[in-house]
Amino acid sequence: MDGNNPNGEITEKGSPSEDVLAMIKSKEEAVRFRESYSKLIRHRVLFIIIATIMLIITALYAITIGSYTITFTEVYENIWYWISGAEPPDITKYHIAAEVRLPRVLTAMLAGVGLAIAGTTMQGMLKNPLADPYTMGISSGAGFGAALALIVGFEIIAGGGIVINAFVFAVIPAVVILMMSKLHTASPTVMILCGIGMMYLFDALTQLFMISAHPEDMSAVYQWMVGSISGTDFTNVIIILVIVIAGSLVLQALSKQLNVMGLGDESAKALGINVENRRMLMMLVLTLMAATIVSFTGIIGFVGLVSPHIARVFVGTDNRYLIPSSAIVGALLLVVADIVSRTIVAPNILPIGVVTSCIGGPLFLFLILKARKEAWA
Amino acid sequence: MTVLKVENLDFKYPTKQILYDVSVTFDKPELVCILGPNGVGKTTIAKTLNKLYIPSAGNVYIDGENVADMSRLDIAKKIAYVPNSVSSAFSMKVLESILLGRAPVSGYSTTEKDLEIVEKVVTLLDLDELCERDISQLSAGQAQRVTIARGLVQDPKVLILDEPTSNLDVRYQMEIMRFLKDYAKEKQIIIIMVCHDLNITAAYADRVILMHQGRIFADGNVQDVLTEENMKTVYRIDTKVVQIDGLTHIVLNPL
Repeated sequence: MDGNNPNGEITEKGSPSEDVLAMIKSKEEAVRFRESYSKLIRHRVLFIIIATIMLIITALYAITIGSYTITFTEVYENIWYWISGAEPPDITKYHIAAEVRLPRVLTAMLAGVGLAIAGTTMQGMLKNPLADPYTMGISSGAGFGAALALIVGFEIIAGGGIVINAFVFAVIPAVVILMMSKLHTASPTVMILCGIGMMYLFDALTQLFMISAHPEDMSAVYQWMVGSISGTDFTNVIIILVIVIAGSLVLQALSKQLNVMGLGDESAKALGINVENRRMLMMLVLTLMAATIVSFTGIIGFVGLVSPHIARVFVGTDNRYLIPSSAIVGALLLVVADIVSRTIVAPNILPIGVVTSCIGGPLFLFLILKARKEAWA
Repeated sequence: MTVLKVENLDFKYPTKQILYDVSVTFDKPELVCILGPNGVGKTTIAKTLNKLYIPSAGNVYIDGENVADMSRLDIAKKIAYVPNSVSSAFSMKVLESILLGRAPVSGYSTTEKDLEIVEKVVTLLDLDELCERDISQLSAGQAQRVTIARGLVQDPKVLILDEPTSNLDVRYQMEIMRFLKDYAKEKQIIIIMVCHDLNITAAYADRVILMHQGRIFADGNVQDVLTEENMKTVYRIDTKVVQIDGLTHIVLNPL
């Protein structure tokens, strides 16, 4: 606004030397502006690289952890036999390393990635820092589906067992919310309230079945609800992998629009975003992703809520960087939780969902205290 | 030159009609201020121009194209809207917030051109010092300047601002108004602004639209619209309108 006085008169530019000074100032400002932007991007990329390296190292270590004694070298020799298709000398060690531990750690990583991305998207699109994939009633629906299979023996598809039941009932709340959004408006408040309504409904139905359940069945439902990645095989890993990769790519492609939606519905519409349409698409994708994971692992809480917040402390709120960062943090959190769950009371194994919350809770509180308070408006 | 034409616009809520048969044309690069008492429909008109509100009757055309038939993205490429305030659940850097204004015209990645345009606007609005700050650290006035910058980087043909100076001190109000007036001429764009301050409007507006009971009561230059009679009818206040050094001043008589 140089050159104008408050009365609106254009003031005369100064002497040539003043013009030169103004030009130098303008160039200095331009350089500072570019530096500021480059610094921001460099910082984010660096975090993603460091976190990825940490994840790889932790995952490689996690594969060597377990109740069965098998050396570090033997683990990777057997995984190499699996990759190359060579005949393993010891079938038990091969089975433990390649068919039990490897899919277990891969499931932990994929579940962490999927739940964290779903949580990041949910918080962004609903403009609510308390939102996570389960806000939409996914966990309650899945829990009810599992309870039906375990207590009553009801299966939606014969032979589908808990997995299909949990998946279908995890998706039902999202379908109801989408229908309600079509009839009403797809506003964050309507979506959250519908999600809470569905959550209470399915929780109540689950309780109803559990009251009359046999103690063994009740224990099985409870164990499913605290989440576990033990017992997953490569068929499960491939299904989760395909859904998580497809979902992540779609949500990453929508990440810039998610940034704009963070300004509020009105501003986002004025900036060319079809807000309701985008919000419903995002919800559909993240629900499918979270429901698939939950149906195989049970309810692993907290990762979807806390991973975006941890990542946000380091990379800020630009979802183009936040989504991958949060994914890596989520994967890291679950792999670390897997290590802890297997070592802390070995040879017994703690449920990974419990360990995740026990690690994530204090870590989260510590980061809130240490973080720049501006990370949350 | 872009032409924005509003024809026979009605807007009603289920229980109340806000706008009645509003017709107006904007076809010059100028700063247009929409004035009127609270609840008269100023913001409603502004929001129907880019389909934020859907009128119950009538049409809005930009360069002959009916806004109702255009996608949000196509509208955003021509019309920018600067709201009165913006809230966000998560804070972000000022620089990032302004860059979001490039969303309708740029793709997924931030391009060199986006940075160039943002850089120019940042310098024009004296926001250099604030770029690395978080939005949540800004005062209301600073946040308002950032919101205006976001509208400008959209590089629109029509810029609509809803009370853009309401949180600014008098010095910044005058600077922003002067800036917008010059910007309209320099960029050959139409700037439509909802505002309340009669004297600020009198000092800077090229054209004034005065609203009364959901209709356009007067439309023209400052001298023709901001008269004692019009103030009496629309605001129900007594004023004295005086000319000092060619500028119109509205002196308010206490109630």
